[in-house]
Amino acid sequence: MSRKQKKMLIRILAAAVLLIALHVIPAAGAARFVLYLIPYLVIGYDILIKAAKGIKNRQVFDECFLMAVATVGAFALALYDRSGDYTEAVAVMLFYQIGELFQSYAVGKSRRNISDLMDIRPDYANVERDGKLEQVDPDEVEIGSVILVQPGEKVPIDGVVLEGSSSLNTSALTGESLPRDVGEGDEIISGCINLSGVLKIQTTKEFGESTVSKILDLVENASSRKSRSENFISKFARIYTPAVCYAALALAVLPPLARLLALGMSPDWGTWIYRALTFLVISCPCALVISIPLSFFAGIGGASNAGVLVKGSNYLETLSQARIVVFDKTGTLTQGVFEVNGIHHSELENEKLLEYAALAESASSHPISRSLQRAYGKEIDRSRVTDIQEISGNGVTAKVDGREVAAGNDKLMDLLGISYIGCHSIGTIIHMAIDGKYAGHIVISDIEKPHSKEAVKALKASGVRRTVMLTGDSRKVAEKVASDLGIDEVYSELLPAGKVEKVEELLKTKKEKEKLAFVGDGINDAPVLRRADIGIAMGAMGSDAAIEAADVVLMDDDPLKIAKAIRISRKCLRIVYQNIVFAIGVKLVCLVLGALGIANMWLAIFADVGVMIIAVLNAVRALFVKKL
Amino acid sequence: MKKTYKIDVDCANCANKMEEAACKTAGVKNAVVNFMTLKMNVEFEEGQDPKSVMQEVRKNCKKVEDDCEIFL
Repeated sequence: MSRKQKKMLIRILAAAVLLIALHVIPAAGAARFVLYLIPYLVIGYDILIKAAKGIKNRQVFDECFLMAVATVGAFALALYDRSGDYTEAVAVMLFYQIGELFQSYAVGKSRRNISDLMDIRPDYANVERDGKLEQVDPDEVEIGSVILVQPGEKVPIDGVVLEGSSSLNTSALTGESLPRDVGEGDEIISGCINLSGVLKIQTTKEFGESTVSKILDLVENASSRKSRSENFISKFARIYTPAVCYAALALAVLPPLARLLALGMSPDWGTWIYRALTFLVISCPCALVISIPLSFFAGIGGASNAGVLVKGSNYLETLSQARIVVFDKTGTLTQGVFEVNGIHHSELENEKLLEYAALAESASSHPISRSLQRAYGKEIDRSRVTDIQEISGNGVTAKVDGREVAAGNDKLMDLLGISYIGCHSIGTIIHMAIDGKYAGHIVISDIEKPHSKEAVKALKASGVRRTVMLTGDSRKVAEKVASDLGIDEVYSELLPAGKVEKVEELLKTKKEKEKLAFVGDGINDAPVLRRADIGIAMGAMGSDAAIEAADVVLMDDDPLKIAKAIRISRKCLRIVYQNIVFAIGVKLVCLVLGALGIANMWLAIFADVGVMIIAVLNAVRALFVKKL
Repeated sequence: MKKTYKIDVDCANCANKMEEAACKTAGVKNAVVNFMTLKMNVEFEEGQDPKSVMQEVRKNCKKVEDDCEIFL
């Protein structure tokens, strides 16, 4: 508890004790009034001051004003009636303050909970200087420096392992509990915890650009993007409070006047003013105003604990309405780790053909190029390659050792006017042409991710109506993967621009309330990620472009997390709607009861403080997502 | 230009009011108050000096919510 909260607790206890004591002490008349004024001022002086300041600054209709008017009114009424019943006035203030204290405690608690979940900020980096280890601020470490990470420490900055091997706990980043093994030459991302061995790491990024900084930045700024429900509530509160105040005023004045003038009865001012005051106490909008943002905040926090980063409450809202999920194939549903499976119809030696292919593709970082380079297995001498031209979606042409080499798919061969031999194997076929003559083809195939099939099933189970796969790959491969995984529709042989077009078509055909999510894994998917209602990037581990373009980032490559993210968003939104309906509903019922004179001040206190406490407790539930 | 400031405020409704007040301040293009993280993101208009604008923002926020603070 903070100092402010402790002080408030003491005031609440003091006022409560005084109030109980006053019940025992027999006092009447003016003395009684003065005695009751003591606990009232103890508990409510700050509210009265705030209300006065509010009026001075022309910010009349706030909670403090409502409370001040209601309690001062109750006092006045008790004086007017000569009933001497001042308890209600003090109690209203007392319970209001209890509610406020509880709210600030709950909010502070969940704030801390969430920052504990995201406790990945490294405090220092170990740098070796003159043979001695020094702890420095990670901000001061330059790119290319060598840092040392000991067992139990967090990796502060992204880099490459120079020396040592160890296993890493990535759970804070990915929600994945299995440790990951790293050794010399492996890339390593910040935010992981080193478990066993000492690692010497050469940094490849500045601290501010490192994964850990980016993630923290994302999570901290996430709730700045407000959802429709939040905007609705803040607009609602803006209209609601003044409206209720005027309604209360009308309730206090109109019925007595009507009785007096039209019906010729006694005006009964006391009753109606009492009803108006109950009205004011009930009307406090705090339950709504606090519980909705808190639900979203807790939802985002819970999601990040599960390894799903959501960039804003609005995206959580959209995600919960996702009914169409469009996948990219490579790297999303398949591992994107290609292996050379065969070399057919080669005019040269197989190794020679592979060498040419690897050299021609040496400038590309496409997974296929990398697999060629891996299969080639030797150091690539870039000086042997000139005039590299990438033909997007088709392949490359280049000069290797002075010979014209073309490597790519059927379309590239068509484009170059070279006749080729088709392949019956399923996989990506790289046709090779050397000096304008067909030289055979290389078959490369990709492996499906172990959870892909389950992921598609889980999506269907969580209410996704339609699953679509888009790929630049050939029809044969695409259809096989799709039927293996149980995906409804496939569009193959698409260029990056074609993917955008397809998504736009799908966007047109969907129903208005449905949202389309696109799941992709990086740089060439960025335009589609932006175009879709909601873009989900796979595997933020490593790919900056993914983090930038997407609205939701899955921290590991597991497609099962997509369904989990949707379930988390649904739970969060369910809680939001429950709170909206519950809070507004209870308030409306109590308002009506209050106006009819059935509800007394005690019920009014429940409608205000009780509803708020229940709504806040409900909101915190959004934090728990483990079992979803 | 965008800058983020730490704030202190007690209730969510007050945070909304601060946001409104900050948005209306001359020189501020847009402002978003995040009650949960207690932060205020302010986007300034071109050619404005954040320091002097923020003084105004602080003054306006104090006007609508006496109990708030912006750490400049």
